Amino acid sequence: MPKKSDTRILEDVGIEIDGEVDGAEENNKPKGKGGKKTAAGKRSKAAGSEDDEDDDDAPPKTRRAANKKKPAQADEEDSDDDVPQRRCAGNRRRGKVRDKGGEGGESKRKGRGGKKQKNAKGKAKENEKGSDDDKKKKKDSSGDDSNSDEEEDSMSEGEMARLMEEVEEKKKLIATIRNKPWRMRRRLKVLKEAQQFVDKFEGALGKGKGRKLYAYKVMMMKKWIKFQRDFENFRSACIPWERKIKEVESHFGSSVASYFIFLRWMYGMNMVLFGLTFGLVVIPEVLMGLPYGSIPRKTVPREDQDTAMDYSVLTDFSGYCKYSVLFYGYYNDQRTIGFLKFRLPLSYLLVGVGTFGYSLMVVIRTMAKNADVGGGDGEDSEFTFAWKMFTSWDYLIGNSETADNKFASITTSFKESIVDEQENQKDENIHLRRFLRVLANFLITCTLGGSGYLIYFVVKRSQEFANMSNLSWYEKNELEIIMSLLGLVGPMLFETIAELEEYHPRIALKWQLGRIFALFLGNLYTFLLALFDEVNAKLEEEESIRNNSIWLMKEYYANYTANNPNDTGTPPPMPPADVIRGPCWETTVGVEFVKLTVSDIQVTYLTILIGDFLRAVIVRFLNYCWCWDLEAGWPSYGEFDISGNVLGLVFNQGMIWMGAFYAPGLVGINVLRLLSSMYYQCWAVMACNVPHERVFKASKSNNFYMGLLLLILFLSLLPVVYTIMSLPPSFDCGPFSGRQRMFDVIMETIDLDLPAFMGTLFSYAANPGLIIPAVLLMVLAIYYLNSVSEAYQNSNMELKKKMQMARDEEKNRRNNKDSTNQVMKDLEDLLPKRSVAHHAHPVNNAEKRPEGGKSPKVKPGTAGGGVHVQKDVSLASANPNARGPVTRAPGPRGPGPLPGRPGAGPPRRQ
Amino acid sequence: MGNKQVTFKEEQLEEYQDCTFFTRKEILRLHRRFRELAPNLIPLDYTNSPDITLPPCLITSMPELKENPFRQRIVETFSEDGKGNLSFNDFMDMFSILSEMVPLELKMIYAFKIYDFNKDGFLCEKDVEETVARLTGKELRLEERRLVAQRIMEEADLDGDGKLSLLDFKNMIWKAPDFISLFHIRI
Repeated sequence: MPKKSDTRILEDVGIEIDGEVDGAEENNKPKGKGGKKTAAGKRSKAAGSEDDEDDDDAPPKTRRAANKKKPAQADEEDSDDDVPQRRCAGNRRRGKVRDKGGEGGESKRKGRGGKKQKNAKGKAKENEKGSDDDKKKKKDSSGDDSNSDEEEDSMSEGEMARLMEEVEEKKKLIATIRNKPWRMRRRLKVLKEAQQFVDKFEGALGKGKGRKLYAYKVMMMKKWIKFQRDFENFRSACIPWERKIKEVESHFGSSVASYFIFLRWMYGMNMVLFGLTFGLVVIPEVLMGLPYGSIPRKTVPREDQDTAMDYSVLTDFSGYCKYSVLFYGYYNDQRTIGFLKFRLPLSYLLVGVGTFGYSLMVVIRTMAKNADVGGGDGEDSEFTFAWKMFTSWDYLIGNSETADNKFASITTSFKESIVDEQENQKDENIHLRRFLRVLANFLITCTLGGSGYLIYFVVKRSQEFANMSNLSWYEKNELEIIMSLLGLVGPMLFETIAELEEYHPRIALKWQLGRIFALFLGNLYTFLLALFDEVNAKLEEEESIRNNSIWLMKEYYANYTANNPNDTGTPPPMPPADVIRGPCWETTVGVEFVKLTVSDIQVTYLTILIGDFLRAVIVRFLNYCWCWDLEAGWPSYGEFDISGNVLGLVFNQGMIWMGAFYAPGLVGINVLRLLSSMYYQCWAVMACNVPHERVFKASKSNNFYMGLLLLILFLSLLPVVYTIMSLPPSFDCGPFSGRQRMFDVIMETIDLDLPAFMGTLFSYAANPGLIIPAVLLMVLAIYYLNSVSEAYQNSNMELKKKMQMARDEEKNRRNNKDSTNQVMKDLEDLLPKRSVAHHAHPVNNAEKRPEGGKSPKVKPGTAGGGVHVQKDVSLASANPNARGPVTRAPGPRGPGPLPGRPGAGPPRRQ
Repeated sequence: MGNKQVTFKEEQLEEYQDCTFFTRKEILRLHRRFRELAPNLIPLDYTNSPDITLPPCLITSMPELKENPFRQRIVETFSEDGKGNLSFNDFMDMFSILSEMVPLELKMIYAFKIYDFNKDGFLCEKDVEETVARLTGKELRLEERRLVAQRIMEEADLDGDGKLSLLDFKNMIWKAPDFISLFHIRI
C-alpha cells in the first residue's frame, strides 16, 4: 500500500475512535448519507456482526456515526474500512462464483442458486438492501462449503489471482491485527472473519497439481506460525526474574530496575562464557586428564603439604586450591587427552580468545540494538515543556512513596523550567565558581594519582612480603583490603568534592560516574602494571629454577643408580611432590584475580549488610527511643546507589575477563556471584532502601552502561592478548608449557592435524606480503565507512534543518492566515465590487474565511454543504509534515494566486 | 490453579494471542488478576465469553494503577462505554496496549486519548492544564500552570489552532527520548 494511504488510515483510525465515543449518543440520527461505498461498508459490517451474536449492533452504529461525521470523506472512510470493504468484495465475488456455479448446475440446486442470483442482483441496489440481505447471503455461503469444489473449477484466472491477493491481505491482517487501535471486541470479530475467509478460500486456490502443493504450503505455514508462537511462549517463560524485577520496578521506578535488568543481562552473558569454559576446558580436563598427584604440576609441593588443607591457606587460594582445576597451572601440555583425543591446549587457547570474541560481539550487538530504539535523539530542546509533561510520568510506578517522589521531582523540574524561562541566566560570581571547579578537579586528580601510587606501593610491598614468612593477617591481605577501601572511600570523596562545583545534578552525576570509573580503571591498571613487574621478575627467576630442576633430576637418577647398583631397569620416576618447580607466573596472576574478585564480593555484600540493612534496622527500631526523628532526620534509610552498583558490576566483569584466561574457575565464581547478588540485592533493595528523592529516568543510560562495559572489555583485552602473543609461558605448568609462545599451539595443530596444503595455505596467509595489504584494505574500508556515515550524518542534519524550516513556515502560514483573512475581510468590506480581474480573490476569500475562523470548532455533521470543505481542511491541516502542500480541497479553489500560500509570495501581499 | 476447570478454550487463547501482545501464560494470569478484583462476580469459566463489566473503582484499585494520576482516564479510555466500566476484553486491551512490545505508533494514539480529558479529539489548553495539575498536585499556582500550558502549545502546536491534534502530539512524542520506555505497565 502506498505511504500516503497508510498515513490516512492512521489518521482516520484516530478519528474513528473519537467517532466511537460520540457514536453512542448519535446513533439514532438518520444515516443514509454517502454513496455506494458507505453503504458497502455498512453492509459488510452487518455481515461481520453475524458472527458475534452478543453484539451485532454497536460497531455498525459507530461506523454509521463515523460516516455521518465525515460525509465528504467517503473515500478516506473507505480506506479505513478497507477490511470490511474487502470482505464485502469477497462476498460479492463469492456471490458471482456461486452464480456461475448455479447456472451450471441449476437443476441440482435450484433454490439456492436462485437466491444467490437474487443476491447478486441485489448488489446493484445495495442502498436499499440492508444488512438482512447480506446476512442471508453470508449464511448461504457458509452453507455452500461442501460444493465449493465444483465452483472453483469455473473460476477464471483473474478471479483466482484476485482471490489469492485477498487471502494474502487477510493473512496480513491477521498478523497485524494487534497493531490496530480498535476495541478488543471489534478486533476479535474482524479476526474471526478473516480467519474464516482464509480457511474457506485458502484451499480453493491453486489448480490441479498446484493445488495440492499450495495446500501443503499453507498447512506448513500454519504449523510454522503455531510453532513460532509456542516457541515465543516458551522463550518468554524462560526469562528469569521477570516478576522480581517487576516488583522492584513498581517500587522504585525504571531507573533502579534498569540496574537489575543489566544484572540479568550480565548473568546471561556470563552463563554462556561459563558454558564455554567449563564445557570445553574444565570438564574435559576433569574427566579425561591425568588425575591429581600424577605429575608435579598437579601436586602440592612437599613443603606445603602440611598446611595445604588449612582454612586460612585455602581462603588465600593457595594449597590445594592453587593446584586444582581452577587455575592455569594445573593443566597438562599433552596434545590430546582421553580416548576422544581431545586437544586440550588448543581448546584452552581458543576458549580464552573466544571469550573475548563472544563478549565483544554481544556487547556491540546489544549496543546497536539499543541505539535504534527509543525514537529520536533527545538533544534538541524544542519540546522541553511538552516532553516534561507528556513523557515524564513513569507508568511503572506502583508504590505511593515513589509516586510522591515522582510528583515532587516533576514539580521541581517544572518549576526549574519556569524559572529558566523567566530569567534566562542570573550572573553570579563566576570567577569564584570557576576557581572552585578548577580546585575540585585538581583535588580529584590528586586523589586519583594518590590512589594509583598507593596501589603500586602496596603491590610492591606484597611482593616483598611474599618472600618473608610469619606474616600477620593484615600483611597477607593488604593489597585486597587497600583496593576495596579505595573503591569504597574514593566515590564518597568525589561526591564531597563535587559539591564544590555546583553543577546541575544530571551533569554532576555524569562527572561522578566518569571519575569513579577513572578511579577503578586506574587502580586496575596500576595493579596490572605491578603484576607485570612481578611476572618479569618471575620469568628471570624461572631460568635458574629450570636449570636447578634439571640438575636435581639428574642427581636423583644418579643417586638411584648409586643406591641400587643391581637394578638395570629404568629408575622409578621421582615422586611428583618433590620436584622443584618454577614460579608459574600464570597461576600467580590467576590467584591474584580470584582473590580480588572474592574480596570485592565480600566488600559489596558487607556494605549492603551494614550500610543498608543494619542502618535500616537501627533507624526503624531505635526510632522509638531517640531524641530526633531518625527516619526523617540524619541517618534515614539508604537509597539504592545505581551508578555505584553499575560501575561495580562493570569493573568486576573487567576483572573476570582479564583473569579468566589464567583461572578458568573464575567464570564459575562470577556466575555464582551474579546469581546470589540478584536475590540478595533484590531483597536488600526491597527491604531496606527507600526510593530516590530525585527519581530519574533510566533512559538511554542502558547504552551508557554498555559503553562502559565495552571500554573495559577492550582494556582488559589488551594485557591478555599481550601475554598470549609475547610472553613465554612457564616451562613446567599450564597447557602451553614447553612452547616458546602460547599461540604456538595453533601452529602445531596446523602442522600436525590438518592436511599439508592447509599448512602451506596458512603460511601464505601469514606472509607479510598478504597481511599488509589486508590491513591496508581494512583501513581503507574503515575510512570509507567513516566518510559514508559522516555523509549520512550531514544529510541527516540537512533534513532536520529542512524539517525545522518547514515547520516554521507552516507555523507562520497558519498564524498569518487568520490575520490575512482579517485583512481580506476589511478589503472586501471596503471594496465590495472590484474589476473582473480581481474577481478570483474575493471568491477565494469567501471560501477561506469560514475555514480560518471556524475550522477549529467545526462540529462535524451539523452543517450542510459548506461543511464538506471545512471538514476536509481541518482534517488535512492536522498533518502539515506528512502532506504539507496539499492542505486544501482541490475542487473549489480558483487558479489564481492564493492568499496564504507560501509559494505565491508573502501572505500579506494583498 | 489447582483445579482442572477450563478458563478459555484453546481457540479463544489463540485469538487473544492474535489480538494482543500477550503470551498464553500472561493471558491466563490477566484473567486471574481480573477475577481477583471481584471473585464473586467474575466466573472462572470464560469459554462462552460472558459480557461482565467491572466498575472503574475496582480497576483503579489495582496496585499497577493505584498511584497513576491518570488512572481514571486510562480506564475510561479503554472502556467501551466511556464511563470506565471494563469488560475482560477491555481489560486485556488496556494492558496489551500498555505492555512492552507495543509499537510506538499505537502507544501514541492511546496516550493521546488518555490525555484528552474532554474527549473532543484535541488536546486543548484545558486538557493540558488538567494534565499539569494532575502531575504536580496542587504545587503549581494557577498562573504557573497557565504558563506551562501556553509554552506547550507554543512548542508543539504546529498548525497554530490553539490545540494539539493527534498529529501534533505524535510529532512531539516521536522525538521524545523516553516515552516508549515509560508508557508501559508490566503486569
